[in-house]
Amino acid sequence: MISRRDFLQVSMAASALYGTSGFGNWARLAAQQALTQDQLLEFETFGNVSLIHITDIHAQLKPIYFREPSINIGVGGNKGAVPHVTGSDFRKLYGIDDGSHAAYALTYDDFTSLAQGYGRVGGLDRVATVVNAIRADRPDALLLDGGDTWHGSYTCYQTEGQDMVNVMNGLKPDAMTFHWEFTLGSGRVNELVESLPFTSLGQNIFDSEWDEPAELFKPYKMFERGGVKIAVIGQAFPYMPIANPRWMFPEYSFGIREDNMKEMVAEVRGKGAELVVLLSHNGFDVDKKMAGNVEGIDVILSGHTHDALPEPVLVGKTHIIASGSNGKFVSRVDLDVRDGEMKGIKHKLIPIFSDVIAPDADMAKLIDVQRAPYADQLSEVIGKTDSLLYRRGNFNGSWDDLICDALISEREADIAMSPGVRWGPSILPGQEITREDIWNVTSMSYGEAYRSEMTGEFIHTILEDVGDNLFNPDPYYQQGGDMVRIGGMGYKIDVTKPQGERITDMTLLKTGEKIDPSKTYVVAGWASVNEGTEGPQIWDVVEDHIKKQGTIKLDPNNSVQVVGA
Amino acid sequence: MEFSRRDTLALGAGAVALAVLPFQVNAAADEAIAAFTGGADVAEGGVTLTAPEIAENGNTVPVSVDAAGATSILLLAAGNPTPGVATFNFGELAGSQSASTRIRLAGTQDVVAIAKMADGSFARAASTVKVTIGGCGG
Repeated sequence: MISRRDFLQVSMAASALYGTSGFGNWARLAAQQALTQDQLLEFETFGNVSLIHITDIHAQLKPIYFREPSINIGVGGNKGAVPHVTGSDFRKLYGIDDGSHAAYALTYDDFTSLAQGYGRVGGLDRVATVVNAIRADRPDALLLDGGDTWHGSYTCYQTEGQDMVNVMNGLKPDAMTFHWEFTLGSGRVNELVESLPFTSLGQNIFDSEWDEPAELFKPYKMFERGGVKIAVIGQAFPYMPIANPRWMFPEYSFGIREDNMKEMVAEVRGKGAELVVLLSHNGFDVDKKMAGNVEGIDVILSGHTHDALPEPVLVGKTHIIASGSNGKFVSRVDLDVRDGEMKGIKHKLIPIFSDVIAPDADMAKLIDVQRAPYADQLSEVIGKTDSLLYRRGNFNGSWDDLICDALISEREADIAMSPGVRWGPSILPGQEITREDIWNVTSMSYGEAYRSEMTGEFIHTILEDVGDNLFNPDPYYQQGGDMVRIGGMGYKIDVTKPQGERITDMTLLKTGEKIDPSKTYVVAGWASVNEGTEGPQIWDVVEDHIKKQGTIKLDPNNSVQVVGA
Repeated sequence: MEFSRRDTLALGAGAVALAVLPFQVNAAADEAIAAFTGGADVAEGGVTLTAPEIAENGNTVPVSVDAAGATSILLLAAGNPTPGVATFNFGELAGSQSASTRIRLAGTQDVVAIAKMADGSFARAASTVKVTIGGCGG
């Protein structure tokens, strides 16, 4: 992790300049003076094996802003446990000073002023610099991509993932697993996977007709690094055909498949693996449960739920590493493996501060080549925002408030629904909104914005169903997204209740009346998992709305009342 | 998690049905178990029931059962209007006592397997399979 000494240095510099509060109103120069590339990369090489983990990039090739969630509720055994700790509680837990670079990277408060001070994060050319630096220390380090790589931007959509494949190949990963990649459609996924110069992993990727392991994806890959036999087992997102449109990849079946995971661990140990690494797209709580149920996994590189944790979480003998999203972090994990077992671990979650870490020139060029054909489209300014636009949070975020506003006004609806996805960068107050920015939070292969009539009872059923995907106390029944975002309607949710009893007090905001179960309402939404959904693409709906508004100014959203958190 | 108008109507009807039927082991399932065991005690364990935690498609859910030393295995979808799925009988020459099939589930419910062992004892395993209208992945 970032050492406590580093925090101290930054906060002392702040105190010297601004007094002891050190919180808010950071000047850009002062903040960055305290931070250097060497400091971010500082790491005394340890043991004999290095793992580099990056995950959930969501096609973010360039530096962005990314605000972490303020609300991330854990239920059942995970209540109050990381990653379900946010803001000042998170800083207290890890000894992070207010206003420090780690506070900016890992927590949400005072985001706008800290972002103005510390600048953007991510960018795969900066990631390349970090990866190269680790490889300079340890030339045979394994680079592992946790998936959600070929999705989430204008250029990724236009090139059907080719831009990301080209750029990631430049980073030379050793293996990868998957989630949103499959929404390119199975034909395209197969084509891209066949082109990769590294192994595609997923012990839970099966053929849906015969329920046998899919040929194109391997359950694991054996490596020999630093004289150590290493098995990397892959776990794709288990609930793709439920959370995403099944009709786009009908040949494939997924699931958690814990029994098969146990068999794979036994198989690789039988083949002499001294270190077993799980490259996972399960989501953090699912990984915790799996670590408890499946013996023999040394390290889980966890993806999907976009959590960034500065220290590994230990379950039994398994260390779980969470490396964030959108290119904002890279994890370095050094391991000491001797006499056939793991003896020690040293870990650092490296935040990719774009103004501090120098871009790798070759990678910068490669990225520019992918983007050049679309430069005019990407950079077109659609409007401006006075409000901070962000997505993360269990119930709503201002980006989805804006998207729901767009759906209600452009599609003349009573109520709007926006999917509870966790990807999508943030936009600071005062920034212009470009077409690229809109696509960064809406791009997908099933973005049609439908307009439909639903009864109050059916809307309730949807909220209960999605709520259970998030708040079922058994992690194996969770899908790792957030609550569906609702515009035009408020409700109360008790996260401790079972499905069917969580959601009450549904209220139509424009009239203040309770939602009538038998009455029909006009609902507009997007990202339907059903085939044949009709409507304009969501990015066009949002673009039209922003153009009409000119400057976006959003009121705080207090329409969801949470109980039992 | 969103729906076209046609699907909305179809699912709307399903949602009404969901509200009426309690998806737990119902009387019909209890009767089927009693008929199979003759009212004998049923032990937990000794049967492996493999089913997805969340069904990818509620209309065709892959389920398999395995119970070493069983002479027959009763498989029930406890929350279906007609809970009986199958009874697998194994002869003396059977190489293994396992079977796989696909079943249709009317909603979230327990799938139950009861094995009758060669010595006349019974063993049981159950697994909750969630049938969802779809969510949104991170």
